[in-house]
Amino acid sequence: MRIAVASGKGGTGKTTLATSLAIALAREVADPGERILLRDCDVETPNAHLYLEPRFDVRIEVGPPVPAVDEELCTLCGRCAEVCEFNAISVLDDQVLLFSDLCRGCGLCSTICPVAAISEVPRILGIIEAGPTPFGPRLARGVLHTGEALAVPVIRGLKQWDAWSPGSGEDTLPDPPRPDHIVIDCPPGTTCPVVESMRGAEAVLLVTEPTPFGLHDLELITEVVRFLHLPAAVVVNRDGTGFDDLDAFCDRAGLPIVLRIPFSRAIAEGTARGRPLIEIEPGLADELAALPERFAALGREGGS
Amino acid sequence: MTELVVLSGKGGTGKTSVTAGLVHLAAAGSPPLQLTAVDADVDAANLALLLDPETEAETEFISGKVAHLDPDLCSGHRNCLQACRFDAVIDRGAGAAPLIDELACEGCAACVYACPEGAIAMQPELTGYLRQSRTAWGPLYHAALLPGGENSGKLVMAVRQMAREAAGQAGSELIVTDGPPGIGCPVVSAITGADAALIVTEPGLAGAHDLERIVQTVQHFGLPVTICLNKADLLPDGVAEVERFAHGAGISIAGVIPWDEEVLESVVARRPVTTRPDSPAARALADLWARLRDDFLP
Repeated sequence: MRIAVASGKGGTGKTTLATSLAIALAREVADPGERILLRDCDVETPNAHLYLEPRFDVRIEVGPPVPAVDEELCTLCGRCAEVCEFNAISVLDDQVLLFSDLCRGCGLCSTICPVAAISEVPRILGIIEAGPTPFGPRLARGVLHTGEALAVPVIRGLKQWDAWSPGSGEDTLPDPPRPDHIVIDCPPGTTCPVVESMRGAEAVLLVTEPTPFGLHDLELITEVVRFLHLPAAVVVNRDGTGFDDLDAFCDRAGLPIVLRIPFSRAIAEGTARGRPLIEIEPGLADELAALPERFAALGREGGS
Repeated sequence: MTELVVLSGKGGTGKTSVTAGLVHLAAAGSPPLQLTAVDADVDAANLALLLDPETEAETEFISGKVAHLDPDLCSGHRNCLQACRFDAVIDRGAGAAPLIDELACEGCAACVYACPEGAIAMQPELTGYLRQSRTAWGPLYHAALLPGGENSGKLVMAVRQMAREAAGQAGSELIVTDGPPGIGCPVVSAITGADAALIVTEPGLAGAHDLERIVQTVQHFGLPVTICLNKADLLPDGVAEVERFAHGAGISIAGVIPWDEEVLESVVARRPVTTRPDSPAARALADLWARLRDDFLP
């Protein structure tokens, strides 16, 4: 099962939960490096590696294709600039200006050019890395280069790659082994990078905390989950603030609360040091390992 | 007029609580500053939850376009399927009109030009709302992006621009902007044209890792930057670690806020923690504000 771990608000414990879920699932199988994958889609601030200590054996540069203009062929007709929705091309009297950081890589300019003067070259925005971890699951992650704005193409590259293929890559790979479970660590927020990370998942684990911030952002991310028609369940992290509105919302929205993790300074300290939650609180292992079955049951009930 | 953007890289370090504290301290201090607050975390806008605003005006934010396919004009060539690189055209079989997945649509219009029947057109999308509100400590400009929306960077620019224009007219001395987490598009939009950045971080591996990435990003855009270490005593060596990093990067540490349960309590009570002036966090925030005002802000 592909389970996305998400939260509108940042810092609620997504990565803490995602890494421990992957470890819990890995403990259930004999060859976890082949069968359990953690995909860290928080390419702006990836942190799963801090808990899982991977040894990366795959490293690929990724980015969208951007136009390159052959000045010999170009007639400066301006058609490319006219059709580009992102203002990434400007045609002057004597030259074509490209604004590659605005380009989304749709390829329309090269398709539309009447004299085939536009080819496409990759623009590197970040890297994809993957490798085994001593905790069992394989980790794959994307890392956006600092100073770059577009996270989505890196997430897309990560999803296409999924890093099951030590070695060279390219299109010549044999059928990669398909993992039993992929745990997807999503970025915070509710916009395009989150949607891209969740798309293709079969269930969503929403991590929140019982505060007005946690509730407000849970309400927003729940709408995104609804758009995508995914079964979802809630983890209440840092429980025990006495803020009851969160439970009331989950009840109204039909979101089952599958796990409550009490507020504890020992957990906060341990996770800050990079210790997986499941090692600080070993009692969580069974509940985490049972989550795919619980989601399967939810999916059957919801019929979606 | 100076615009200070509060950032963090990692989410949940306390950006919004620090921002609300600074807004309160600056506006209610002596002498009080003419201040404008902005919430530029349009994905998950929470500053309003602490400032108890009364919304005076709301405008629709229409940005970007999405492809709309008219099934009556479509004769099922399915050229659009080939043209779309974003898996936003859903095949429903030969001869049937495909569906456009609006959440996946990037707005590039490649399908529009590929369609021989002219069945697809680009239509502007309502992606969010801009709000102008009044609080006890001055005006607040905030926004709400519709969930799943595109162009959060443009909405960030729009809300900041609205605030800057109004602040200029009203003679505001300071704009305090609560920024988004991360280092990508909305962050770039939040720091472009701002005057200075305050980065709120927390002890630990993840905090340190993301601190480095946000500092690189802010320096890439040439902003003066300083650090506030929040939840500082969570780890015994937390302060020393951040000091080491800050020293290496040539950045000052403008504030150190201890772990204080009154911060969480004040969030649950929906008030800035500085309204409990004797709490350890409020005292530390008062020191932070004094240092920002006297030593850091241009």
